[in-house]
Amino acid sequence: MVNLEIDRVSVRFALKGATVEAVNDVSLRIRPGECVALVGESGCGKTVLASALLGFLPGNAETSGSARLGEVDLLAATDHELATTVRGRRIGLIPQSPASHLTPVRTARSQLEEAARVLGGDARQAAERAGLLPEHLDRYPHELSGGMAQRVANALALVGNPPLLIADEPTTGLDRDLVDGLLDEFRRLVDDGHAVLLITHDLAAAHKVADRIAVMYAGRIVEVGPAHEVLDASRHPYSRGLANALPERDFLPIPGQPPLLTDLPAGCAFAPRCEQATAICEDRPVLTDDPHAVACHRPC
Amino acid sequence: MLTGIGITAGYQAPVVTDVSLTVHPGQTVGLAGPSGSGKSTVARVLALLHKPFAGTVEIDGETVTGFRFKARQRTKIGVLFQQPRLSVDPRFTLRQAIAEPGGDRVDELADLVMLTDDLLGRRPHEVSDGQLQRACLARALALKPRYLICDEMTTMLDASTTAALVGVIRAYQRESGAGVLAISHDATLLTRWADETVRLSAPLPR
Repeated sequence: MVNLEIDRVSVRFALKGATVEAVNDVSLRIRPGECVALVGESGCGKTVLASALLGFLPGNAETSGSARLGEVDLLAATDHELATTVRGRRIGLIPQSPASHLTPVRTARSQLEEAARVLGGDARQAAERAGLLPEHLDRYPHELSGGMAQRVANALALVGNPPLLIADEPTTGLDRDLVDGLLDEFRRLVDDGHAVLLITHDLAAAHKVADRIAVMYAGRIVEVGPAHEVLDASRHPYSRGLANALPERDFLPIPGQPPLLTDLPAGCAFAPRCEQATAICEDRPVLTDDPHAVACHRPC
Repeated sequence: MLTGIGITAGYQAPVVTDVSLTVHPGQTVGLAGPSGSGKSTVARVLALLHKPFAGTVEIDGETVTGFRFKARQRTKIGVLFQQPRLSVDPRFTLRQAIAEPGGDRVDELADLVMLTDDLLGRRPHEVSDGQLQRACLARALALKPRYLICDEMTTMLDASTTAALVGVIRAYQRESGAGVLAISHDATLLTRWADETVRLSAPLPR
């Protein structure tokens, strides 16, 4: 069992006349038996980070920093290395909208058995563990309900028995009941010793299942700490604003809009929207080094 | 008043049977229910996008006579969908998307949903889901609809954007007296957003 050590990772995309700074200097460690949720609004760089870990970035992307999983540096590895030793074997991906991720012209069984054969896993065992009955496996993707398609995606991600799972917005579009079922499933995997990186904008889901939550804003991690502390005793004004925007809390938006990733301010990226900002915020704050870390000059 | 009376609708087999629902002007009605219970089908019928097998739809006392493309009364109803990416022509800039219903209020509408000039010049693939949904809301309000139907509008959105868009819709209601049908599987959201909530029951196994 090994840690995932993300160390000062940045991802930039070169466009004509502009550079998109999608991920900026992100460091994060995920241990076996731990679920870390990466939360933030859409477009803040969460999915780009996940794509970088799996080698799924487009050709115009430039990365720096390192992401070590055991002895492999995921950012330096070749596509061949990732395809033959990492994807499905060391890292399982649970994608957003599983129904559209499955091959529509093949049954769940045929896809799962293929994955098991290539990855050297046991299809029957993986199906059973994901809560699938044999009759579900004989269905085509369009015959599966959202919850069943989710289970097939889980089985596919788990069949190679990878120690790390990355779930990218897995709860989007699912009913609360299905979300709860999925989160219970993640918890079981974590308790079995898997490491889980849950990428989500669903704070309620993150709160429920994650051990730690990292809050991302404009490509940077602005706060990271124990899940309940980050949401219930936030230290960064952005995390506090996000938590307070929940319908069970104040249901009020954070004023303003996130900055463009092509034109990030030199100082704190949140300062233009922050009530507490002062002149000192024109310098970029550094993420502190404590268990509940924050990148803010004037934390709450 | 937007009313559906005894609506039975579906695609080959009925998905909903004998559903009645009323949205008063200025009111926000929530519509909840599990996956497959027919929430979106009811939304499509009330938005005059789908013809029911049986039942009638009335808009402000006038019975609806046409559904789909030729429906004259459709402009009285605005619709927002779950996935903004599937509801905007990918070749349009956000400015063109908002102008699509025909109107010269693009700047005013963009202000309302807090889209900056720079964002208005971008195409859908260059903006986030939240920014695109803002554009869809601006587009839905372009013809000043009497009723707004929001079908899982917030699914792709973070908490702050959700709260912001609900705020825009409430402000529009206060100003125009429009009624809103808010469909969601998020009970907490509907409790906070809607004045009352109608619940559809689980589908019968086929």
